[in-house]
Amino acid sequence: MSFEKFLFYLFALIAVAAALMVITRRNPVHSALFLVVVFFNVAGLWMLAEAEFLAISLVLVYVGAVMVLFLFVIMMLDVDLAALRAGFIKHLPVGILVAAVMLVEMVAVLGPSNFGLARFPAPEPAPADYNNTAELGLSLFTEHLYALEIAAVILLVAMIAAIGLTLRKRPGTKRQVVSHQHRVRKRDRLKVIKMPAEEK
Amino acid sequence: MISLSEYLVVGALLFVISVAGIFINRKNLLILLMCIELMLLAVNINFVAFSHFLGDVTGQVFVFFVLTVAAAEAAIGLAILIVLFRNRRSIDVDDLDSLKG
Repeated sequence: MSFEKFLFYLFALIAVAAALMVITRRNPVHSALFLVVVFFNVAGLWMLAEAEFLAISLVLVYVGAVMVLFLFVIMMLDVDLAALRAGFIKHLPVGILVAAVMLVEMVAVLGPSNFGLARFPAPEPAPADYNNTAELGLSLFTEHLYALEIAAVILLVAMIAAIGLTLRKRPGTKRQVVSHQHRVRKRDRLKVIKMPAEEK
Repeated sequence: MISLSEYLVVGALLFVISVAGIFINRKNLLILLMCIELMLLAVNINFVAFSHFLGDVTGQVFVFFVLTVAAAEAAIGLAILIVLFRNRRSIDVDDLDSLKG
């Protein structure tokens, strides 16, 4: 077994084991941390498939941003974990059954007879001066420029929606209203009082 | 050499694990969101593998867009989750029955 293949099986095994932990842990924090492990190992698999830019951006975007967001939300919510676990055992058999049926069907289609090395020979390793990021950028900014701009708009909409959904006005909080500050005139704030001088 | 079917089977395994996760954790909205992320990741593995074996970078461009949409979905999903928890003090899916009609 070549070293590359050993790495592939190592990453794949850890990813699948961690994915099983994600769906069976009692504590959502542990689930989120195991999901981080899955993302790391899948990034390793993508490295083996010569998708270096996506592997790095998976770690940066998912582990660095999305999972941290998940952890923040989990820790902000004070949820009753015992109530959420009810029905775990009840739904376990049907879950395993559906998963097994889907897996058997998928492996029958995706197995070595249809997608093995005979049908899809392994590509030559990329030459040393091959730059995955440059190739991806070239395709992204020429062929798929319109889709890229739509993706940018989707991110903007998501950002505004997330802020708009979670923004709330609490009574009694003090906040700055810039238009009120601009409208203030001198006579609203300053009062000159005439009074006789007093002797001390 | 690693064959294409090995990548595809790893993707299929992660996909069915997340489907099973949706079945057995159907009360906890947080785990459901995590399972959806895992499902999108499994699909992305297939895109990357086919991109590698067919020598076409377009598959990776598509993964890029799927990552974008998944990040947006996670942000909005968690925002809805927070609003839900603020209003009902629970993230149990069974409590979401006010639209029953």
